[in-house]
Amino acid sequence: MNWATTTIGECARALRDGTTTPHELLTESLARIEATNGELNAFLALSPDRAHEQATKAAERLQKEGSSASPLCGVPVAIKDVLCTEGIETTAGSKILQGFIPPYTSTAVQRLIDAGAIVVGKTNCDEFAMGSSNENSAYGPVSNPWDTTRVPGGSSGGSAAAVAAGTVTFSLGTDTGGSIRQPAALCGVVGMKPTYGRVSRYGVVALASSLDQVGPFTQTVEDCAMVYGAIAGHDPRDSTSSPSAVDDPLITLRRGVEGLRLGVPKEYFGEGLDSGVKATVEKALQQLESLGAKLVEVSLPTTDVGLSTYYIIMPAECSSNLARYDGVRFGHCAPQSSLTATYMTSRDEGFGPETKRRLMLGTYALSSGYYDAYYRKAQKVRTLVAEDFSRVFRDVDALVCPTSPVVAFPKGDRSDPYSMYLCDVLTIPVNLAGLPGLSLPCGFVDGLPVGLQVIGPRFADNLVLQVAYAYEQSTAWHKERSPIASAVAS
Amino acid sequence: MTSAMTLSPADIDHLAMLARLGLTSNERGIIASQLDNILDHVSTLSKVDTAHVDETARVTELVDVWRDDVMAPSFLVDVALRNAPQRDGQYFKVGAIQE
Repeated sequence: MNWATTTIGECARALRDGTTTPHELLTESLARIEATNGELNAFLALSPDRAHEQATKAAERLQKEGSSASPLCGVPVAIKDVLCTEGIETTAGSKILQGFIPPYTSTAVQRLIDAGAIVVGKTNCDEFAMGSSNENSAYGPVSNPWDTTRVPGGSSGGSAAAVAAGTVTFSLGTDTGGSIRQPAALCGVVGMKPTYGRVSRYGVVALASSLDQVGPFTQTVEDCAMVYGAIAGHDPRDSTSSPSAVDDPLITLRRGVEGLRLGVPKEYFGEGLDSGVKATVEKALQQLESLGAKLVEVSLPTTDVGLSTYYIIMPAECSSNLARYDGVRFGHCAPQSSLTATYMTSRDEGFGPETKRRLMLGTYALSSGYYDAYYRKAQKVRTLVAEDFSRVFRDVDALVCPTSPVVAFPKGDRSDPYSMYLCDVLTIPVNLAGLPGLSLPCGFVDGLPVGLQVIGPRFADNLVLQVAYAYEQSTAWHKERSPIASAVAS
Repeated sequence: MTSAMTLSPADIDHLAMLARLGLTSNERGIIASQLDNILDHVSTLSKVDTAHVDETARVTELVDVWRDDVMAPSFLVDVALRNAPQRDGQYFKVGAIQE
Protein backbone atom coordinates (compact mmCIF):
# COMPACT_ATOMS: atom_id res chain seq x y z
CA MET A 1 0.00 0.00 0.00
CA ASN A 2 1.38 3.39 -0.98
CA TRP A 3 0.47 5.45 2.07
CA ALA A 4 1.93 8.66 0.67
CA THR A 5 -0.90 8.95 -1.80
CA THR A 6 -3.87 7.52 0.05
CA THR A 7 -7.11 9.28 0.73
CA ILE A 8 -9.08 9.31 3.98
CA GLY A 9 -11.47 6.78 2.50
CA GLU A 10 -8.64 4.40 1.53
CA CYS A 11 -7.02 4.78 4.97
CA ALA A 12 -10.37 4.08 6.64
CA ARG A 13 -10.83 0.86 4.62
CA ALA A 14 -7.28 -0.30 5.31
CA LEU A 15 -7.62 0.42 9.04
CA ARG A 16 -10.80 -1.63 9.23
CA ASP A 17 -9.65 -4.61 7.18
CA GLY A 18 -6.40 -4.88 9.10
CA THR A 19 -4.07 -3.86 6.27
CA THR A 20 -2.65 -1.15 8.51
CA THR A 21 -2.97 0.37 11.96
CA PRO A 22 -3.13 3.94 13.29
CA HIS A 23 0.40 3.57 14.68
CA GLU A 24 1.70 2.45 11.32
CA LEU A 25 0.06 5.35 9.48
CA LEU A 26 1.45 7.77 12.07
CA THR A 27 4.97 6.32 11.97
CA GLU A 28 4.99 6.55 8.22
CA SER A 29 3.67 10.13 8.28
CA LEU A 30 6.41 11.18 10.72
CA ALA A 31 9.04 9.48 8.54
CA ARG A 32 7.75 11.26 5.43
CA ILE A 33 7.84 14.59 7.28
CA GLU A 34 11.40 13.97 8.39
CA ALA A 35 12.40 13.12 4.82
CA THR A 36 10.85 16.28 3.34
CA ASN A 37 10.71 19.04 5.91
CA GLY A 38 14.28 20.20 5.34
CA GLU A 39 13.32 21.09 1.81
CA LEU A 40 9.70 22.18 2.34
CA ASN A 41 9.67 23.75 5.84
CA ALA A 42 5.96 22.93 5.95
CA PHE A 43 5.99 21.90 9.63
CA LEU A 44 6.92 24.09 12.59
CA ALA A 45 6.24 21.61 15.38
CA LEU A 46 5.54 17.91 15.69
CA SER A 47 3.79 16.19 18.57
CA PRO A 48 4.82 12.53 18.20
CA ASP A 49 4.19 11.48 21.82
CA ARG A 50 0.66 12.84 21.94
CA ALA A 51 0.04 11.52 18.46
CA HIS A 52 1.05 8.00 19.50
CA GLU A 53 -1.31 8.25 22.49
CA GLN A 54 -4.09 9.29 20.10
CA ALA A 55 -3.15 6.39 17.80
CA THR A 56 -3.50 3.93 20.69
CA LYS A 57 -6.96 5.30 21.51
CA ALA A 58 -7.90 5.22 17.81
CA ALA A 59 -6.86 1.57 17.54
CA GLU A 60 -9.01 0.68 20.58
CA ARG A 61 -11.92 2.59 19.14
CA LEU A 62 -11.68 0.90 15.74
CA GLN A 63 -11.56 -2.46 17.52
CA LYS A 64 -14.69 -1.60 19.47
CA GLU A 65 -16.74 0.38 16.91
CA GLY A 66 -15.49 -0.97 13.59
CA SER A 67 -17.23 0.66 10.65
CA SER A 68 -19.38 2.89 12.87
CA ALA A 69 -16.29 4.85 13.93
CA SER A 70 -15.74 8.08 12.00
CA PRO A 71 -13.75 7.60 8.74
CA LEU A 72 -11.27 10.11 10.23
CA CYS A 73 -10.45 7.72 13.11
CA GLY A 74 -6.76 6.81 13.00
CA VAL A 75 -5.94 9.13 10.08
CA PRO A 76 -3.01 11.61 10.34
CA VAL A 77 -3.82 15.33 10.16
CA ALA A 78 -1.72 18.51 10.29
CA ILE A 79 -3.01 21.75 11.76
CA LYS A 80 -2.18 25.29 10.62
CA ASP A 81 -0.34 27.08 13.41
CA VAL A 82 -3.09 29.67 13.93
CA LEU A 83 -5.35 27.04 15.52
CA CYS A 84 -4.76 26.57 19.24
CA THR A 85 -3.76 23.08 20.32
CA GLU A 86 -3.56 22.47 24.05
CA GLY A 87 -0.02 21.64 25.11
CA ILE A 88 1.47 22.11 21.62
CA GLU A 89 3.29 25.35 20.79
CA THR A 90 1.14 27.66 18.66
CA THR A 91 2.99 30.58 17.07
CA ALA A 92 0.72 31.87 14.28
CA GLY A 93 3.97 32.05 12.28
CA SER A 94 5.11 34.95 14.47
CA LYS A 95 8.02 35.55 16.82
CA ILE A 96 5.66 37.34 19.18
CA LEU A 97 4.07 33.99 20.07
CA GLN A 98 7.25 31.93 20.09
CA GLY A 99 6.98 29.52 23.01
CA PHE A 100 3.25 30.12 23.51
CA ILE A 101 1.61 26.90 24.66
CA PRO A 102 -2.18 27.24 24.50
CA PRO A 103 -4.10 26.06 27.58
CA TYR A 104 -6.96 24.87 25.38
CA THR A 105 -7.72 23.39 21.96
CA SER A 106 -9.71 25.13 19.24
CA THR A 107 -13.13 23.66 18.59
CA ALA A 108 -12.36 22.66 14.99
CA VAL A 109 -9.31 20.67 16.08
CA GLN A 110 -11.12 19.19 19.08
CA ARG A 111 -13.86 17.88 16.78
CA LEU A 112 -11.20 16.10 14.69
CA ILE A 113 -9.63 14.65 17.85
CA ASP A 114 -13.09 13.56 19.07
CA ALA A 115 -13.56 11.79 15.71
CA GLY A 116 -10.27 9.95 16.33
CA ALA A 117 -7.99 11.78 13.89
CA ILE A 118 -4.30 11.87 14.82
CA VAL A 119 -2.81 15.38 15.12
CA VAL A 120 0.73 14.98 13.84
CA GLY A 121 1.91 18.58 14.12
CA LYS A 122 1.50 22.26 13.34
CA THR A 123 2.13 23.73 9.94
CA ASN A 124 3.93 26.85 8.86
CA CYS A 125 1.95 29.87 7.67
CA ASP A 126 2.32 33.53 6.86
CA GLU A 127 2.56 35.51 10.10
CA PHE A 128 -0.91 35.90 11.61
CA ALA A 129 -2.30 34.50 8.36
CA MET A 130 -1.31 37.64 6.46
CA GLY A 131 0.04 36.75 3.08
CA SER A 132 -0.41 34.86 -0.17
CA SER A 133 2.90 33.04 -0.51
CA ASN A 134 3.98 31.82 2.95
CA GLU A 135 7.04 34.10 2.65
CA ASN A 136 5.92 36.23 5.62
CA SER A 137 6.45 33.55 8.24
CA ALA A 138 8.93 34.43 10.98
CA TYR A 139 10.11 30.81 10.68
CA GLY A 140 11.14 30.84 7.05
CA PRO A 141 9.25 30.34 3.79
CA VAL A 142 7.56 27.14 2.68
CA SER A 143 8.41 25.51 -0.65
CA ASN A 144 5.92 24.22 -3.20
CA PRO A 145 6.17 20.40 -3.56
CA TRP A 146 5.65 20.76 -7.35
CA ASP A 147 8.68 23.05 -7.69
CA THR A 148 10.63 23.90 -4.57
CA THR A 149 11.92 27.18 -6.02
CA ARG A 150 8.32 28.41 -5.98
CA VAL A 151 5.85 29.42 -3.33
CA PRO A 152 3.02 27.16 -2.18
CA GLY A 153 0.67 30.12 -1.84
CA GLY A 154 -0.58 31.46 1.46
CA SER A 155 -1.27 32.06 4.09
CA SER A 156 -1.95 28.34 4.73
CA GLY A 157 1.07 27.35 2.63
CA GLY A 158 2.36 24.79 5.12
CA SER A 159 -0.99 22.97 5.35
CA ALA A 160 -1.36 22.88 1.55
CA ALA A 161 2.22 21.70 1.02
CA ALA A 162 1.92 19.04 3.74
CA VAL A 163 -0.94 17.35 1.84
CA ALA A 164 0.55 17.92 -1.62
CA ALA A 165 3.82 16.36 -0.45
CA GLY A 166 2.03 13.24 0.78
CA THR A 167 3.17 13.73 4.39
CA VAL A 168 -0.32 13.77 5.98
CA THR A 169 -3.65 12.61 4.63
CA PHE A 170 -5.38 15.93 5.29
CA SER A 171 -4.84 19.22 7.06
CA LEU A 172 -6.69 22.26 8.38
CA GLY A 173 -6.13 25.83 7.32
CA THR A 174 -7.88 29.18 7.66
CA ASP A 175 -9.19 31.46 4.93
CA THR A 176 -9.73 35.21 5.40
CA GLY A 177 -9.25 36.41 1.82
CA GLY A 178 -8.31 33.18 0.04
CA SER A 179 -5.76 31.61 2.35
CA ILE A 180 -7.09 28.08 1.89
CA ARG A 181 -8.31 28.23 -1.70
CA GLN A 182 -5.30 29.99 -3.22
CA PRO A 183 -2.62 27.66 -1.76
CA ALA A 184 -4.86 24.69 -2.65
CA ALA A 185 -4.81 25.90 -6.27
CA LEU A 186 -1.04 26.46 -6.28
CA CYS A 187 -0.33 23.09 -4.67
CA GLY A 188 -2.80 21.01 -6.68
CA VAL A 189 -5.00 19.88 -3.78
CA VAL A 190 -8.59 20.46 -2.69
CA GLY A 191 -9.18 23.36 -0.28
CA MET A 192 -12.48 24.65 1.05
CA LYS A 193 -13.61 27.77 2.84
CA PRO A 194 -17.03 27.06 4.37
CA THR A 195 -19.84 29.60 4.69
CA TYR A 196 -18.96 32.22 7.30
CA GLY A 197 -20.36 30.94 10.57
CA ARG A 198 -20.34 27.25 9.58
CA VAL A 199 -17.14 26.32 11.44
CA SER A 200 -16.34 27.63 14.91
CA ARG A 201 -13.63 30.26 15.24
CA TYR A 202 -13.15 29.46 18.94
CA GLY A 203 -9.44 28.97 19.47
CA VAL A 204 -8.44 30.41 16.10
CA VAL A 205 -5.86 33.19 16.39
CA ALA A 206 -8.01 35.99 15.03
CA LEU A 207 -6.98 37.98 12.00
CA ALA A 208 -10.24 39.57 10.77
CA SER A 209 -13.18 38.37 12.79
CA SER A 210 -15.84 39.04 10.16
CA LEU A 211 -13.88 37.16 7.47
CA ASP A 212 -11.90 34.27 9.05
CA GLN A 213 -13.08 30.68 8.52
CA VAL A 214 -11.45 27.31 9.16
CA GLY A 215 -11.47 24.71 6.41
CA PRO A 216 -9.85 21.49 5.12
CA PHE A 217 -7.10 20.64 2.65
CA THR A 218 -7.50 17.17 1.18
CA GLN A 219 -6.51 15.12 -1.86
CA THR A 220 -10.09 14.58 -3.00
CA VAL A 221 -13.48 16.28 -2.78
CA GLU A 222 -15.01 13.31 -0.94
CA ASP A 223 -12.29 13.60 1.72
CA CYS A 224 -13.04 17.33 1.92
CA ALA A 225 -16.73 16.59 2.49
CA MET A 226 -15.85 14.17 5.31
CA VAL A 227 -13.64 16.69 7.09
CA TYR A 228 -16.08 19.56 6.58
CA GLY A 229 -18.88 17.39 7.98
CA ALA A 230 -16.78 16.65 11.07
CA ILE A 231 -15.81 20.24 11.91
CA ALA A 232 -18.91 22.18 10.87
CA GLY A 233 -21.82 22.96 13.17
CA HIS A 234 -22.86 25.25 15.97
CA ASP A 235 -20.44 26.01 18.80
CA PRO A 236 -21.84 27.90 21.79
CA ARG A 237 -18.33 29.23 22.40
CA ASP A 238 -18.39 31.21 19.13
CA SER A 239 -21.23 33.71 19.06
CA THR A 240 -20.89 34.05 15.27
CA SER A 241 -21.38 30.31 14.85
CA SER A 242 -24.57 29.47 12.98
CA PRO A 243 -27.15 27.42 14.90
CA SER A 244 -28.60 25.95 11.68
CA ALA A 245 -28.17 22.20 11.26
CA VAL A 246 -25.44 20.83 8.97
CA ASP A 247 -26.85 18.29 6.53
CA ASP A 248 -24.48 15.41 5.85
CA PRO A 249 -22.58 16.46 2.71
CA LEU A 250 -21.96 12.83 1.70
CA ILE A 251 -25.69 12.31 1.06
CA THR A 252 -25.84 14.80 -1.82
CA LEU A 253 -22.20 14.54 -2.95
CA ARG A 254 -22.85 12.23 -5.93
CA ARG A 255 -25.91 13.98 -7.37
CA GLY A 256 -23.95 15.42 -10.30
CA VAL A 257 -24.48 18.70 -12.14
CA GLU A 258 -27.19 17.66 -14.63
CA GLY A 259 -29.64 20.53 -14.86
CA LEU A 260 -27.68 22.88 -12.60
CA ARG A 261 -27.14 26.45 -13.75
CA LEU A 262 -23.51 27.44 -13.19
CA GLY A 263 -22.68 31.13 -13.44
CA VAL A 264 -19.40 32.19 -15.05
CA PRO A 265 -18.53 35.68 -13.76
CA LYS A 266 -17.08 37.54 -16.73
CA GLU A 267 -15.01 39.87 -14.54
CA TYR A 268 -13.04 36.85 -13.26
CA PHE A 269 -11.69 36.18 -16.76
CA GLY A 270 -10.39 39.65 -17.50
CA GLU A 271 -7.07 41.42 -17.52
CA GLY A 272 -4.61 40.06 -15.02
CA LEU A 273 -5.61 36.42 -15.53
CA ASP A 274 -2.70 34.37 -16.89
CA SER A 275 -3.56 33.08 -20.38
CA GLY A 276 -2.57 29.51 -19.49
CA VAL A 277 -4.75 29.54 -16.36
CA LYS A 278 -7.63 31.00 -18.40
CA ALA A 279 -7.38 28.29 -21.06
CA THR A 280 -7.17 25.52 -18.44
CA VAL A 281 -10.18 26.76 -16.47
CA GLU A 282 -12.21 27.26 -19.67
CA LYS A 283 -11.57 23.62 -20.52
CA ALA A 284 -12.84 22.68 -17.07
CA LEU A 285 -15.99 24.69 -17.69
CA GLN A 286 -16.54 22.85 -20.96
CA GLN A 287 -16.16 19.61 -19.03
CA LEU A 288 -18.87 20.71 -16.60
CA GLU A 289 -21.10 21.53 -19.55
CA SER A 290 -20.53 18.06 -21.00
CA LEU A 291 -21.70 16.63 -17.66
CA GLY A 292 -25.06 18.35 -18.09
CA ALA A 293 -24.58 21.73 -16.40
CA LYS A 294 -25.83 24.86 -18.09
CA LEU A 295 -23.16 27.57 -18.11
CA VAL A 296 -24.54 31.09 -17.81
CA GLU A 297 -22.44 34.21 -18.16
CA VAL A 298 -23.03 36.52 -15.19
CA SER A 299 -21.63 39.83 -14.11
CA LEU A 300 -20.25 40.85 -10.72
CA PRO A 301 -19.47 44.54 -11.30
CA THR A 302 -18.09 45.04 -7.78
CA THR A 303 -15.22 42.64 -8.54
CA ASP A 304 -12.85 45.51 -9.29
CA VAL A 305 -13.41 47.14 -5.89
CA GLY A 306 -13.27 43.92 -3.85
CA LEU A 307 -9.54 44.16 -3.25
CA SER A 308 -9.72 47.75 -2.02
CA THR A 309 -12.69 46.96 0.22
CA TYR A 310 -10.83 44.04 1.73
CA TYR A 311 -7.59 45.94 2.23
CA ILE A 312 -9.39 48.47 4.35
CA ILE A 313 -11.67 46.16 6.34
CA MET A 314 -9.16 43.39 7.01
CA PRO A 315 -6.29 45.58 8.28
CA ALA A 316 -8.79 47.56 10.37
CA GLU A 317 -10.10 44.40 12.03
CA CYS A 318 -6.60 43.00 12.42
CA SER A 319 -5.32 46.17 14.06
CA SER A 320 -8.01 45.68 16.67
CA ASN A 321 -7.42 41.94 17.06
CA LEU A 322 -3.64 42.26 17.35
CA ALA A 323 -3.91 44.85 20.11
CA ARG A 324 -3.95 41.91 22.53
CA TYR A 325 -0.25 41.24 21.85
CA ASP A 326 1.08 43.54 24.53
CA GLY A 327 3.43 41.17 26.37
CA VAL A 328 1.24 41.05 29.49
CA ARG A 329 -0.78 37.84 29.43
CA PHE A 330 1.21 35.94 26.81
CA GLY A 331 3.72 36.45 24.05
CA HIS A 332 7.02 38.23 23.74
CA CYS A 333 7.71 40.92 26.33
CA ALA A 334 10.62 43.38 26.27
CA PRO A 335 10.26 45.32 29.54
CA GLN A 336 11.17 49.01 29.32
CA SER A 337 11.09 51.86 31.82
CA SER A 338 7.47 52.77 30.96
CA LEU A 339 4.47 50.62 30.14
CA THR A 340 3.91 52.37 26.80
CA ALA A 341 7.53 51.80 25.85
CA THR A 342 7.18 48.14 26.87
CA TYR A 343 4.21 47.74 24.54
CA MET A 344 6.00 49.48 21.68
CA THR A 345 9.25 47.58 22.00
CA SER A 346 7.62 44.19 22.56
CA ARG A 347 5.44 44.63 19.51
CA ASP A 348 8.21 46.08 17.36
CA GLU A 349 10.49 43.16 18.20
CA GLY A 350 7.76 40.53 17.89
CA PHE A 351 5.96 41.50 14.67
CA GLY A 352 7.29 41.14 11.13
CA PRO A 353 7.15 43.72 8.30
CA GLU A 354 3.84 42.67 6.70
CA THR A 355 2.12 42.59 10.10
CA LYS A 356 3.39 46.07 10.93
CA ARG A 357 2.30 47.34 7.54
CA ARG A 358 -1.24 46.07 7.99
CA LEU A 359 -1.43 47.31 11.57
CA MET A 360 -0.48 50.80 10.41
CA LEU A 361 -2.93 50.64 7.50
CA GLY A 362 -5.75 49.42 9.72
CA THR A 363 -5.01 51.99 12.39
CA TYR A 364 -5.14 54.71 9.75
CA ALA A 365 -8.49 53.48 8.40
CA LEU A 366 -10.01 53.54 11.88
CA SER A 367 -8.45 56.77 13.11
CA SER A 368 -10.34 59.95 13.80
CA GLY A 369 -10.84 61.97 10.64
CA TYR A 370 -10.44 58.97 8.35
CA TYR A 371 -12.90 56.43 9.80
CA ASP A 372 -15.85 57.59 7.65
CA ALA A 373 -13.90 57.94 4.42
CA TYR A 374 -12.16 54.58 4.72
CA TYR A 375 -13.67 52.04 7.13
CA ARG A 376 -17.32 53.09 6.98
CA LYS A 377 -17.09 53.54 3.20
CA ALA A 378 -15.57 50.06 2.83
CA GLN A 379 -18.35 48.57 4.95
CA LYS A 380 -20.91 50.12 2.59
CA VAL A 381 -19.12 48.80 -0.48
CA ARG A 382 -19.06 45.42 1.26
CA THR A 383 -22.87 45.52 1.25
CA LEU A 384 -22.78 46.07 -2.52
CA VAL A 385 -20.37 43.13 -2.97
CA ALA A 386 -22.70 40.84 -1.01
CA GLU A 387 -25.72 42.13 -2.96
CA ASP A 388 -23.92 41.43 -6.25
CA PHE A 389 -23.65 37.75 -5.34
CA SER A 390 -27.24 37.58 -3.99
CA ARG A 391 -28.48 38.98 -7.27
CA VAL A 392 -26.66 36.43 -9.47
CA PHE A 393 -27.69 33.57 -7.20
CA ARG A 394 -31.35 34.33 -8.03
CA ASP A 395 -30.47 33.16 -11.55
CA VAL A 396 -27.78 30.48 -11.05
CA ASP A 397 -27.13 27.73 -8.52
CA ALA A 398 -23.37 28.22 -8.12
CA LEU A 399 -20.45 30.03 -9.76
CA VAL A 400 -17.38 28.50 -11.42
CA CYS A 401 -14.21 30.42 -12.17
CA PRO A 402 -10.44 30.42 -11.60
CA THR A 403 -9.14 30.44 -8.02
CA SER A 404 -5.86 32.24 -8.61
CA PRO A 405 -4.97 34.51 -11.52
CA VAL A 406 -1.54 32.86 -11.74
CA VAL A 407 0.17 29.55 -11.03
CA ALA A 408 2.81 29.24 -8.31
CA PHE A 409 5.39 32.00 -8.75
CA PRO A 410 9.10 31.97 -7.81
CA LYS A 411 10.03 32.92 -4.26
CA GLY A 412 10.90 36.60 -3.97
CA ASP A 413 8.95 37.46 -7.12
CA ARG A 414 6.37 39.72 -5.45
CA SER A 415 8.29 41.88 -3.05
CA ASP A 416 6.00 44.86 -3.66
CA PRO A 417 3.14 44.48 -1.16
CA TYR A 418 0.35 45.45 -3.56
CA SER A 419 1.50 42.98 -6.21
CA MET A 420 1.19 40.26 -3.56
CA TYR A 421 -2.31 41.44 -2.61
CA LEU A 422 -3.39 40.96 -6.24
CA CYS A 423 -2.98 37.17 -5.80
CA ASP A 424 -6.29 37.10 -3.94
CA VAL A 425 -8.39 39.25 -6.26
CA LEU A 426 -10.56 36.25 -7.25
CA THR A 427 -10.98 34.85 -3.74
CA ILE A 428 -11.49 37.95 -1.59
CA PRO A 429 -15.06 38.80 -2.67
CA VAL A 430 -16.22 35.39 -1.42
CA ASN A 431 -15.02 36.23 2.11
CA LEU A 432 -16.58 39.70 1.99
CA ALA A 433 -19.94 38.09 1.14
CA GLY A 434 -19.56 35.24 3.66
CA LEU A 435 -20.06 32.55 0.98
CA PRO A 436 -18.70 29.00 0.69
CA GLY A 437 -15.89 28.53 -1.82
CA LEU A 438 -13.75 25.58 -2.82
CA SER A 439 -10.73 25.09 -5.08
CA LEU A 440 -9.88 21.80 -6.76
CA PRO A 441 -7.24 20.81 -9.34
CA CYS A 442 -8.25 21.25 -12.99
CA GLY A 443 -5.02 20.94 -14.90
CA PHE A 444 -1.49 22.23 -15.26
CA VAL A 445 0.41 25.07 -16.91
CA ASP A 446 4.09 24.27 -17.49
CA GLY A 447 3.88 21.51 -14.88
CA LEU A 448 2.32 23.75 -12.23
CA PRO A 449 -1.20 23.12 -10.86
CA VAL A 450 -4.24 25.23 -11.72
CA GLY A 451 -7.28 25.50 -9.46
CA LEU A 452 -10.96 25.67 -10.42
CA GLN A 453 -13.04 27.62 -7.90
CA VAL A 454 -16.66 26.76 -7.08
CA ILE A 455 -18.65 29.37 -5.15
CA GLY A 456 -22.11 28.91 -3.68
CA PRO A 457 -24.80 30.92 -1.90
CA ARG A 458 -24.57 31.11 1.88
CA PHE A 459 -25.06 27.68 3.49
CA ALA A 460 -24.89 25.92 0.11
CA ASP A 461 -21.62 24.24 1.15
CA ASN A 462 -23.02 20.81 0.21
CA LEU A 463 -23.92 22.04 -3.29
CA VAL A 464 -20.39 23.43 -3.75
CA LEU A 465 -19.00 20.00 -2.81
CA GLN A 466 -21.48 18.30 -5.16
CA VAL A 467 -20.43 20.43 -8.16
CA ALA A 468 -16.74 19.98 -7.36
CA TYR A 469 -17.15 16.20 -6.97
CA ALA A 470 -18.89 15.84 -10.32
CA TYR A 471 -16.07 17.66 -12.13
CA GLU A 472 -13.34 15.82 -10.20
CA GLN A 473 -14.70 12.35 -10.89
CA SER A 474 -14.91 13.01 -14.63
CA THR A 475 -11.16 13.80 -14.75
CA ALA A 476 -7.94 12.35 -13.31
CA TRP A 477 -6.32 15.55 -11.95
CA HIS A 478 -6.82 14.41 -8.34
CA LYS A 479 -4.64 11.38 -9.00
CA GLU A 480 -1.62 13.47 -10.02
CA ARG A 481 1.09 13.60 -7.39
CA SER A 482 3.78 16.20 -6.82
CA PRO A 483 7.42 15.17 -7.47
CA ILE A 484 8.05 15.26 -3.70
CA ALA A 485 5.09 12.94 -2.98
CA SER A 486 6.16 10.60 -5.77
CA ALA A 487 9.77 10.52 -4.51
CA VAL A 488 8.67 9.70 -0.96
CA ALA A 489 6.27 7.03 -2.18
CA SER A 490 8.85 5.16 -4.28
CA MET B 1 -10.80 59.93 0.63
CA THR B 2 -8.41 61.40 -1.89
CA SER B 3 -5.89 59.65 -4.08
CA ALA B 4 -2.19 60.49 -4.13
CA MET B 5 -2.24 61.10 -0.40
CA THR B 6 1.16 61.50 1.15
CA LEU B 7 1.59 60.54 4.76
CA SER B 8 3.89 62.94 6.57
CA PRO B 9 6.46 61.84 9.17
CA ALA B 10 4.11 63.29 11.81
CA ASP B 11 1.26 61.12 10.44
CA ILE B 12 3.45 58.02 10.65
CA ASP B 13 4.55 58.90 14.21
CA HIS B 14 0.89 59.37 15.23
CA LEU B 15 -0.18 56.05 13.69
CA ALA B 16 2.77 54.21 15.23
CA MET B 17 1.83 55.57 18.65
CA LEU B 18 -1.84 54.57 18.17
CA ALA B 19 -0.74 51.08 17.07
CA ARG B 20 1.84 50.91 19.86
CA LEU B 21 4.59 50.08 17.38
CA GLY B 22 8.09 51.34 18.15
CA LEU B 23 9.21 51.52 14.55
CA THR B 24 12.78 52.47 13.71
CA SER B 25 13.26 55.58 11.56
CA ASN B 26 14.24 53.33 8.64
CA GLU B 27 11.01 51.33 9.07
CA ARG B 28 9.00 54.55 9.25
CA GLY B 29 10.37 55.73 5.91
CA ILE B 30 9.70 52.41 4.17
CA ILE B 31 6.21 52.01 5.63
CA ALA B 32 5.28 55.58 4.72
CA SER B 33 5.92 55.03 1.01
CA GLN B 34 4.29 51.58 1.04
CA LEU B 35 1.18 52.95 2.74
CA ASP B 36 1.03 55.83 0.26
CA ASN B 37 1.02 53.29 -2.57
CA ILE B 38 -1.64 51.07 -0.95
CA LEU B 39 -3.84 54.04 -0.01
CA ASP B 40 -3.59 55.27 -3.57
CA HIS B 41 -5.03 51.96 -4.77
CA VAL B 42 -7.79 51.68 -2.15
CA SER B 43 -8.91 55.25 -2.70
CA THR B 44 -10.80 53.95 -5.78
CA LEU B 45 -13.61 53.22 -3.34
CA SER B 46 -14.43 56.92 -3.22
CA LYS B 47 -15.85 56.60 -6.75
CA VAL B 48 -18.43 53.99 -5.69
CA ASP B 49 -21.91 55.40 -5.08
CA THR B 50 -22.96 54.35 -1.58
CA ALA B 51 -25.38 57.19 -0.91
CA HIS B 52 -28.26 54.96 0.21
CA VAL B 53 -26.33 51.89 1.25
CA ASP B 54 -26.13 50.52 4.80
CA GLU B 55 -22.88 49.26 6.23
CA THR B 56 -22.12 45.55 6.55
CA ALA B 57 -20.01 44.83 9.62
CA ARG B 58 -20.37 41.07 9.24
CA VAL B 59 -22.37 38.80 6.92
CA THR B 60 -24.57 36.94 9.36
CA GLU B 61 -28.23 36.39 10.11
CA LEU B 62 -27.52 36.41 13.84
CA VAL B 63 -28.50 39.28 16.12
CA ASP B 64 -27.88 39.59 19.88
CA VAL B 65 -26.63 36.10 20.63
CA TRP B 66 -27.31 35.29 24.27
CA ARG B 67 -26.55 32.39 26.55
CA ASP B 68 -27.96 31.46 29.91
CA ASP B 69 -25.98 32.77 32.87
CA VAL B 70 -24.88 29.32 33.99
CA MET B 71 -21.58 28.54 35.69
CA ALA B 72 -19.31 26.14 33.82
CA PRO B 73 -15.72 24.99 34.28
CA SER B 74 -13.09 27.51 33.19
CA PHE B 75 -9.35 27.91 33.54
CA LEU B 76 -7.69 27.45 36.88
CA VAL B 77 -5.61 30.48 37.78
CA ASP B 78 -2.34 28.59 37.31
CA VAL B 79 -3.37 27.57 33.82
CA ALA B 80 -4.42 31.10 32.90
CA LEU B 81 -1.07 32.44 34.10
CA ARG B 82 1.03 29.76 32.45
CA ASN B 83 2.12 31.90 29.48
CA ALA B 84 2.50 35.14 31.42
CA PRO B 85 5.89 36.76 30.80
CA GLN B 86 5.80 38.10 34.37
CA ARG B 87 3.61 36.93 37.22
CA ASP B 88 3.31 37.71 40.89
CA GLY B 89 1.50 34.92 42.74
CA GLN B 90 -2.02 34.78 41.40
CA TYR B 91 -1.63 37.90 39.28
CA PHE B 92 -0.25 38.96 35.93
CA LYS B 93 2.51 41.46 36.62
CA VAL B 94 2.54 44.60 34.49
CA GLY B 95 4.32 47.95 34.65
CA ALA B 96 2.60 50.89 36.33
CA ILE B 97 0.26 52.79 34.04
CA GLN B 98 0.88 56.20 35.55
CA GLU B 99 4.22 57.49 34.41
